Amino acid sequence: MRLLAPIKDHHSERRLFVRRVVLSSIIGFLLCSSVVARLVQLQVFDHELFAEKSQGNRIRIEAMPPTRGLIFDRKGRVLAENLPAYQLELIPEQVADLDDTLNRLAEIKLIDKEDIPRIRSLSLSGPRFKPVTLRFRLSEAEISNFAIQRPRFPGVDFQPRLVRRYPHGESVAHALGYVGAVDTTDLARLDPAAYVGSAHTGKTGIEISFESELHGSPGYRQVVTNARGRQVPPDFRELSASLPERESPLPGANLYLSLDLDLQILATQALRGRRGAIVAINPENGEILALVSAPAFDPNIFATGMSTDEFSALQADAGQPLFNRAVRGTYPPGSTIKPMLSLAALETGATNLTHRNFCRGFYTLPHSTHRYRDWKPQGHGDMDLHDAITQSCDVYFYSISTAIGIDQMHYYLDQFGLGQYTGIDMVGEHQGLLPSREWKRHAFRERADQVWFPGETVIASIGQGYMLATPLQLANAVATLATRGKRFEPRIVAAIEDPLTGTRKIIAPKQLPDVEIDNEVYWETVIGAMHDVMQSDKGTARAAGRDAAYEMAGKSGTAQVFSVGQDESYEADEIEEHLRDHALFIAFAPLGNPKIAVAVVVENGGSGSGVAAPMARAIMDRYLGVNPNAL
Amino acid sequence: MRFSDTEQLLERKAAPLGNAARIMRRLNIDGKLLGGLLLICGLGLVVLFSAVGEDMDLWLQQCIRLSVAIVGMFVVAQLPPDVLRRWTPWGYGAGLVLLILVLAFGEVGQGAKRWLDLGIRFQPSEIMKLAVPMMAAWYLHDRQLPPKAGHMLIIAVLVIAPTALIAMQPDLGTALLIATAGFLVLVLAGMSFWLMAVLGLMSVPGAMVLWNYFMQDYQKQRVLTLLNPDSDPLGAGYNIIQSKIAIGSGGLFGKGWTNGSQAQLEFLPERQTDFIFAVMGEELGLLGVLSLLGLYLFVVGRGLYIAIQAPDTYARLLAGSISLTFLVYVLVNTAMVTGIVPVVGIPLPLVSFGGTSMVTLMAGFGILMSIHTHRKLLPH
Repeated sequence: MRLLAPIKDHHSERRLFVRRVVLSSIIGFLLCSSVVARLVQLQVFDHELFAEKSQGNRIRIEAMPPTRGLIFDRKGRVLAENLPAYQLELIPEQVADLDDTLNRLAEIKLIDKEDIPRIRSLSLSGPRFKPVTLRFRLSEAEISNFAIQRPRFPGVDFQPRLVRRYPHGESVAHALGYVGAVDTTDLARLDPAAYVGSAHTGKTGIEISFESELHGSPGYRQVVTNARGRQVPPDFRELSASLPERESPLPGANLYLSLDLDLQILATQALRGRRGAIVAINPENGEILALVSAPAFDPNIFATGMSTDEFSALQADAGQPLFNRAVRGTYPPGSTIKPMLSLAALETGATNLTHRNFCRGFYTLPHSTHRYRDWKPQGHGDMDLHDAITQSCDVYFYSISTAIGIDQMHYYLDQFGLGQYTGIDMVGEHQGLLPSREWKRHAFRERADQVWFPGETVIASIGQGYMLATPLQLANAVATLATRGKRFEPRIVAAIEDPLTGTRKIIAPKQLPDVEIDNEVYWETVIGAMHDVMQSDKGTARAAGRDAAYEMAGKSGTAQVFSVGQDESYEADEIEEHLRDHALFIAFAPLGNPKIAVAVVVENGGSGSGVAAPMARAIMDRYLGVNPNAL
Repeated sequence: MRFSDTEQLLERKAAPLGNAARIMRRLNIDGKLLGGLLLICGLGLVVLFSAVGEDMDLWLQQCIRLSVAIVGMFVVAQLPPDVLRRWTPWGYGAGLVLLILVLAFGEVGQGAKRWLDLGIRFQPSEIMKLAVPMMAAWYLHDRQLPPKAGHMLIIAVLVIAPTALIAMQPDLGTALLIATAGFLVLVLAGMSFWLMAVLGLMSVPGAMVLWNYFMQDYQKQRVLTLLNPDSDPLGAGYNIIQSKIAIGSGGLFGKGWTNGSQAQLEFLPERQTDFIFAVMGEELGLLGVLSLLGLYLFVVGRGLYIAIQAPDTYARLLAGSISLTFLVYVLVNTAMVTGIVPVVGIPLPLVSFGGTSMVTLMAGFGILMSIHTHRKLLPH
């Protein structure tokens, strides 16, 4: 306490204080007024602008993915459908420790350890509220296992989704192709607006060729979201009461294929354990009845996601199961071109119906000692064209080859579709190779290599040398033989069905210009010889044609993979399997009114008549309904 | 005195109203101030219920805090101003010591040392919110006003010492408020306008020093964001943008209680604490926020009236400073939420969720009540 308090003028002090209080009040009131002015500005003058902004804030447009179109075979059996499956999903924003969660999921074997880096980068890239799929299809055991442990994994849950399912798996794998997760290369190709909600897109086969029909168009709806973009339940007070319009997704179109599931399964069984392909065509309109490549794979694993291990195993498999041999595999057609070549020889006059040639087991060009050997070392003896086809005498064709000439060969074989795209409604087919002088001039860089040698014409006459054809091309060619020159573009998709109205748009067969050989006698001679290949005492494939209830025509082929030296002989047992000959067979039936044409290629199968012909017979039997239990 | 005469007249007129006024008088409670405060708190609780997403637990927690604060106010109101004045230097000194202890041993929370655990956890800076204006008023109590330059210098030291200690925690918002409380005492004591002008001019280089040497990056960012909130809409500017959208979309009458999409869908940050004013603006509209501002002005006005009525220099300066500081809280928070000033972490007094500052505020109002109810009805 002060002892000597100064004398204070209380009255003047008080007046001073009151003045200051009044002054402060005025300043305070002015400041308060500026806040009020600001509030009036925001809430009255700019109200509409901010009301709109707040509306935009909470409404998010959410895409609803369309249901992918179904795929049926020619009898309406489902080949590709969409089934609900439980996916394991992770919402990044709800996971506190991502690495820990993923490691613990790997511990209970719900995800693969190898997948963790991939999932991690996926989780860190997209919006934090967008679910990341960890597993596409959970088994029931996995679902129940996870359900117990769910509290340990906040932010991880399983969700029902529609997943593509191929009930017949590998037997239609190469014909249908498969769908897989949309990746960045797909997004460059596809319309991003159409794929906003879609997780899958066609990757190969029909699934990619008809992607635009199968996919459908997405719908959208407007959802109320919170600040983190998470959707709030629709019944969240009246916030969502005034939700604007929505548009339902338009499902994709259903496809009806010309494929016959029975033939697909049968062909798959026939090729089991082998590498090769079978293609069957309806010669009357070009419809593909069967298209199988072996070995195949299970297309379902692409839709449901597979582990890194599984995928590298598929890619590393020596049998190349992902390779579609039916449309991409190219093989020397071998003797299967002899019927076509015979027609060319007759048309060009290089031979006639009575011309005969004596086969000693080999052929030499004039002024040359090089021996072009027949497959039968002791020779076939005296042969006409019919016998040469029936018994597949190489020497006969060698002897007329130079008279036809490589360019005439090219001219006529080209009309059977060799060496050109068939135009099948499926991506990825290979062009094959039909050589000619013109081709050789452009194919080689060295001038010496650009010259066509007479010897090359000789081996071209039995489908060796440069010539390469796909199984699809061979099937297409034999279909043209069956129709006596009428040609069609091969088609897998027969009709497209609008999923809403149910109306089907039938895809009309596309006819191509006829083969320029009008003499019916030539056709019947060659086809008669092909008939005798299968159904005469001397036919190379008589074993396969035995006891048939209908008349059929066929031609075997054996394509060399491995050149046998001039003084050596080919002993199948002595060479390694992958160097053995490819076995080929083409056939059609019935003879006068052809319904089915088949081409079979079995890689390193050895003999065409012994290995491939029975497969063709089984397909025809099944299709024509004479022996449903063939094979 | 004129003012007290008027008061006496009013008292006499009011007497027939009944026993309530007499009981309040005996309990040292100012009915008008209490009424204003309870209306603010009630309105605040209504808004808070919506802002916490109708979480009953959180809401009850706040009710309990509020009750504790009001009881605290009643307790403080029983202490006569003379007692408070005699305790002032000791309270101030103890506060300084605690601030130093905080810097030495304090607990870290949200990147700053603010808390001290002495049986109960508390922030010593809260004590200083009252102790600094009390100390300044105490120093000027015996001196002739307006204060001389030397006295003002001493007060400046008394104010700046705790301010600097708090700024070092760092808690710039509280430090500035405490400095403001001290400064307001000087203003009310009659500090010359020339000096204020000079200080105002000096604040420019002062701000530069502050910017370059004291402000943390996040604080600088807040200022920059205010200048251009759209520059980084998802970063620092997000709060201001969302807050403006909330208030603006509320319009005149608001979207209705608990129906603010900005607030309920979590677009609005800190909706229970610093930005609760925006929740109110969105849900109750302009009419709602103007009512609240009106209540605040009533309370401040009543406080200033009490200051004018106060019998001595100490009580006068203290009551005036407490009332004006309360107004500063309201102005800074509302100006921040409406995007007039940078985002500083100052809650809306008596409405925002949280208890520490509420107890201090109510203690301040307890002092006002004490000053008003203990005054002798005789002039000096």
